[in-house]
Amino acid sequence: MKNKSFLINIKAWFHHLTFWKAVFLVLVAAGLYSTFVRFAFGLGAATHLSDRFPWGIWIGFDVLCGVGLAAGGFVVAGAVYVFHLDYYKPIARPAVLTAFLGYGLVVFALLFDLGKPWNIWHPLIMWNPHSAMFELAWCVMLYTTVLALEFSPMVFDRFKMHRASEAVHKIIIPLVILGVMLSSLHQSSLGSLYLIMPEKVYPLWYSGNLPILFFVSAVAVGPAMVIMESFLSYRAFHREIELPILSRLGKVTAVALAVYLVLKVEDIFNYHLEPYLFKFNVDGMLFWTEIAIGVLVPISMLLIPSVRMNKRGLFYSGMFAVIGFVLNRMNVSVTSLERHSNNYLLEASKVAVNHIPQTSGYFPSWMEISTTLMIVAVGFAAFGWAAKNLAVFPERTAEREHFPAEGYEVIVVGDGGHLKAHQSYGFQVK
Amino acid sequence: MKKQVGILVDSTQCIGCMACEDACADRWGFPHTDVHELSCEKNTVVQQYGEAYVPRLCMHCEDPTCASVCPVGAITKSKSGPVVYDANKCMGCRYCVQACPFQIPKYQWNKPNPKVTKCDMCLPRQEQGKQPACVEACPAQARIFGSRDDLIEEAKKRIRENPKSYVNHIFGLTEVGGTSAIYLAGVKFDHLGFSSKLPDRALPKYTWDIMEKIPDYFVWGSTLMAGFWWLTNRKKKVAEYEEDLKRKNIEKKIARN
Repeated sequence: MKNKSFLINIKAWFHHLTFWKAVFLVLVAAGLYSTFVRFAFGLGAATHLSDRFPWGIWIGFDVLCGVGLAAGGFVVAGAVYVFHLDYYKPIARPAVLTAFLGYGLVVFALLFDLGKPWNIWHPLIMWNPHSAMFELAWCVMLYTTVLALEFSPMVFDRFKMHRASEAVHKIIIPLVILGVMLSSLHQSSLGSLYLIMPEKVYPLWYSGNLPILFFVSAVAVGPAMVIMESFLSYRAFHREIELPILSRLGKVTAVALAVYLVLKVEDIFNYHLEPYLFKFNVDGMLFWTEIAIGVLVPISMLLIPSVRMNKRGLFYSGMFAVIGFVLNRMNVSVTSLERHSNNYLLEASKVAVNHIPQTSGYFPSWMEISTTLMIVAVGFAAFGWAAKNLAVFPERTAEREHFPAEGYEVIVVGDGGHLKAHQSYGFQVK
Repeated sequence: MKKQVGILVDSTQCIGCMACEDACADRWGFPHTDVHELSCEKNTVVQQYGEAYVPRLCMHCEDPTCASVCPVGAITKSKSGPVVYDANKCMGCRYCVQACPFQIPKYQWNKPNPKVTKCDMCLPRQEQGKQPACVEACPAQARIFGSRDDLIEEAKKRIRENPKSYVNHIFGLTEVGGTSAIYLAGVKFDHLGFSSKLPDRALPKYTWDIMEKIPDYFVWGSTLMAGFWWLTNRKKKVAEYEEDLKRKNIEKKIARN
């Protein structure tokens, strides 16, 4: 019986084939072909990776960006549950959902990149506490478990399993604290991965502060991503948008980006990067683009109240922060390493006789790109499915009521009836 | 501590006969080829730069970067010095390939079940009391196997006795904290494909600076977070109580009127 209705659903899905559904199908088909090549013939057949350039966009985009963009989960959960900023409660569930899906996809993407994915569980029993990647493996594993628990009430509520939902709520505080700790650890560890290569990373991106820079930029981009998702789901599901909450969240991004900028400027002086800044080679230009799009533009946009409180303004500032973030991670993981061997082999390559010194250039193959696109498409589809079928958004989210006389804007939370005490009585007393 | 072994490579003595390459290929069961670039089928090669021949092999660092970065401990520094790899532990993340300052570990890119390949200084042969295959095959004494301390003395002696034939630098004495394979050369090392930018500090220390703080950070951080929770919770409770009082007062007022 159930199977039958499932089949009918699938039929209906194909019957109403929209443009985006067609795009989804094409991406998945191309991705599946690349997946087959990757696992049947090895990494070399599917990617442009080589001994000189062993980490490509599957690490740079799928892992570094994926984990960073999912940071909204711990930022919002921390704000709501640890700091009691109840204001953000309506967006806690979508943020946690995205984080959970994000981490799921990162682990899924890792299966493509690891040469022996069936050994992915080895860090559980084979320890090397000196390795940043070992720490990363443990943190991501534990945090994905934490996220699954934080996410579980959405499933429990959907199926009216109130006992289970309450049980999770009882342990939610320690759970969220653990989540914040694990997140701060592994967000920074992604930066620590590159600490051990001071001679390889292009100076503009090498810093002893890499872990801190990675953490701070994740805190900045997490909320920006939540803003973008809210706008996209607002368009897709015709939901009311939580603009006052989101523009306040935009301020978090602005503050975190400002801290990031200060740390970046500090690096310029600590590591004497002035000559590299004004070289205007590819690396220099990419560095400036990254700082401009990802830091300067969003900070200035978010500082202007009329932009921040405006749907489109807020969306675009979030988008710039996200694009800048992606560019930064790609720069650290790809651009910064491309020049390495070319530089130190400069003298030797002039006199090499019986071999040609290998240089470390890299551009992803179409199969690397198509696999990544497939994973992103699956992410979009999974979010859409969950938003439709699980208790992600409160039934009447942040419905706004205007009190023009007082100029007050009151947010109705949850079942709609009860105004929050201090807000409703606030203006009566006044 | 067990006696540390090493290999002294005197590149001025190398005649480019490639006997070491063939011996190494036989030891691993690799094909004999004319490609003089390290790969998953070449754990040692002889490269020619101008007039000079330079044998290449794993440097077997004192504090190996590859062993430090491996999340599952598949690469280890054995007690006597050689850095060895265990394919059964490996999960194929290639962090060792990415991080090695000498670009030594290589990867079987075209295998569905790939391994990392690297020189192990013929540890199995050493255990049988034999020398590494490349050293044994060398007709020109360009590679000498022995205790690392003795090799350093020998290298210093050679520079002292023949200052004109050598640059006054033993590569591997201090680079990245020292290596078990050490090099002598007649021309500057960066003309032979060695990086002159390597710090004397062992690279794993750059990560350990951060990693060693993690347990402390975890304990203090969680405590701090719990503290924040308590503070804001208290603040919220007090605020709710005060609102409640206010409301009661207003209700009283309304009732009185």
